Amino acid sequence: MTPSSVLILGARSDIGRAVARRFAQSGASVILAARRADGLADELADLRIRFKVAAEAIEFDVTDGEAERFFDALPELPHTVVMVVGLLGDQPRSEADLDAASAVMATNYTGPACYLLAAARRMAMRGSGCIVGISSVAGDRGRQSNYVYGSAKAGFTAFLAGLRNRLFRRGVTVVTVKPGFVATAMTAGMKLPPLLTAQPDEVGQAIFTAVTKGKDTIYVRPIWRLIMAVIRNVPEIVFKRLSM
Amino acid sequence: MLEPDRPRVPLSGWGRYPRRDCDVAAPGDPATAAAARSPSLPLIARGNGRSYGDASFGPGLTLDMRRLGRLVAFDEATGVLTCEAGTLLSEIIAVLTPRGWFPPVTPGTKFVTVGGMVASDVHGKNHHGAGSFCDHVLSVRLALGDGTILTCSPTEHADLFAATCGGMGLTGTVLTVTFRLIPVHSSKILQETVRAPDLATAIDLFEAGAARTYSVAWIDCLASGADLGRSVIIFGEHATPADIEPGQRATPFARPAPRRKRVPVDFPTVALNRLSVSLFNKVYYRLQTPGRKVVDIDPYFYPLDAIQDWNRIYGRHGFVQYQCVLPLETSRDGLTALLTEIARVGQASFLAVLKRLGRESFGYLSFPREGYTLALDFPAHADTFALLERLDRIVIEGGGRLYLAKDARMRAPMLRSGYPRLERFDAVRRSYGLDGRFRSALSDRLEI
Repeated sequence: MTPSSVLILGARSDIGRAVARRFAQSGASVILAARRADGLADELADLRIRFKVAAEAIEFDVTDGEAERFFDALPELPHTVVMVVGLLGDQPRSEADLDAASAVMATNYTGPACYLLAAARRMAMRGSGCIVGISSVAGDRGRQSNYVYGSAKAGFTAFLAGLRNRLFRRGVTVVTVKPGFVATAMTAGMKLPPLLTAQPDEVGQAIFTAVTKGKDTIYVRPIWRLIMAVIRNVPEIVFKRLSM
Repeated sequence: MLEPDRPRVPLSGWGRYPRRDCDVAAPGDPATAAAARSPSLPLIARGNGRSYGDASFGPGLTLDMRRLGRLVAFDEATGVLTCEAGTLLSEIIAVLTPRGWFPPVTPGTKFVTVGGMVASDVHGKNHHGAGSFCDHVLSVRLALGDGTILTCSPTEHADLFAATCGGMGLTGTVLTVTFRLIPVHSSKILQETVRAPDLATAIDLFEAGAARTYSVAWIDCLASGADLGRSVIIFGEHATPADIEPGQRATPFARPAPRRKRVPVDFPTVALNRLSVSLFNKVYYRLQTPGRKVVDIDPYFYPLDAIQDWNRIYGRHGFVQYQCVLPLETSRDGLTALLTEIARVGQASFLAVLKRLGRESFGYLSFPREGYTLALDFPAHADTFALLERLDRIVIEGGGRLYLAKDARMRAPMLRSGYPRLERFDAVRRSYGLDGRFRSALSDRLEI
């Protein structure tokens, strides 16, 4: 089924922009939610010119604890809500600076989860809709190089699984997205292996397909499912000795 | 494994020669792009990396503009579009051609950014009538690298506008471009193919075809003697519904499904030799049946775009493109001398294109000028460079010049002899404080 409207939470990111474009291409009206939403005028103009769809921007901060008020203020509950917000952070900094660590946790787990709880209740009442959460392969197993980020994403992945289970009989689908490497601002300048790295537009397409086909969990590039299966299955007695 | 480090990024142009490890930033909005500055690092913007040589990366910070691809305003009545500099021409065509609008000028690939089209002041198969791209640009917004953003147009900061159009990104970072598209009645081209057995005939056909909208010739560089300049000239007009087969007339903007192929690996460097290219050229010449037919815009304007990564056929060492223009009065003799030399050496040049250019553009470093342009490509190795130096002498003697968007190897004296308005370009750069602030590998090589 093709969604008639979509709300992108974290719309300024490259993935958020790509998701907005892909849904708009199918004719869906689009609400872009981000901090400093007045700076999204050009993004809205682009969507309107390209796809001739309705597009609006709305102020949104994932850590503000105002999820209920945010959804109450929407003129209409959109068919699909896509949570794109994420913060990679810096692992060594998170280890030294607990405020930095809590910011990573709040931005990747508690904030997104609260907003999606607020969306889920409204969708359950309506009896239809789709919730998409962008989690991460980093949440599939904690590793020394990014376990603060990874653990928050692990929490978010578990949250989405539970939400999917809860909403299954209420006509609401939940999609967990694990993009793997994506060529975005967050990874700009990193030397990423091309075969493992998706372009933002691929992520947009994968999410759109997952929503229309009612998928549960997707890895944007299928190779990641295999890679993470291997990583998850390394015995801990070996894994703890690896430098990953 | 999952946290790559951040080394410098190896960059090259489309010719994959030369290459350089660069510091790269990829701003996501115009404000960030405009704020990019560093006292110690000169800047250069990079679009989709489709210029062939070393224009699109620099010794300092290279700004990857591809994330700035928004269409900001479009007037459905006049066809005036404002878009960000990183917008790909392919996207503009995909969005606006079904609504009856086409770029006023298009180069031989649609995978270029609009910012790059301004920086190279690109020309197309309609240059003899329509001029170059910047003749259709109404204004650009330019970040000067010190936080200043200026709007430049033929009436506002006109000197900076003339330096920016064709200025290879050396006058600032283009943020947005406003230009006028042309109305079309279909996404098809009415194509007419004519064979020319030799150079004199080819030139006569171009001169007789001045009223045609589009014209271009593929030339067989390995033909010599009486066959020298043997070519296939392809004229084109935007098709009207009346030109289209009755069955398709109701949907004049329908497009065939794209069938893209990809070159999966670098070809071995021996793959292109005199024999294989000569065979290709002979087959190509035969395949181009003279006559008229209606074709989609893609095969007409962008035949090579159908093969992704076609630059890999030249192997890992890359290739150089050589595009010169000769003034009208020296064209016949100069082209004869160039083709004679190329045929004599027998260097394999696949893509040899001949085209009549119209009047000179206003951009100080714009390439086009009235005359004939010849574009060739050669694998990058020592024999090629020796040949190109001999070709340089013919071009200089004929009062011609080389296209900066293609060039990877000429030296400063040849630039100065071919571009007499270089001094004005330098003066404008100095007066806005841009010299030294914007530098590319090309500008360093050419001492601009």
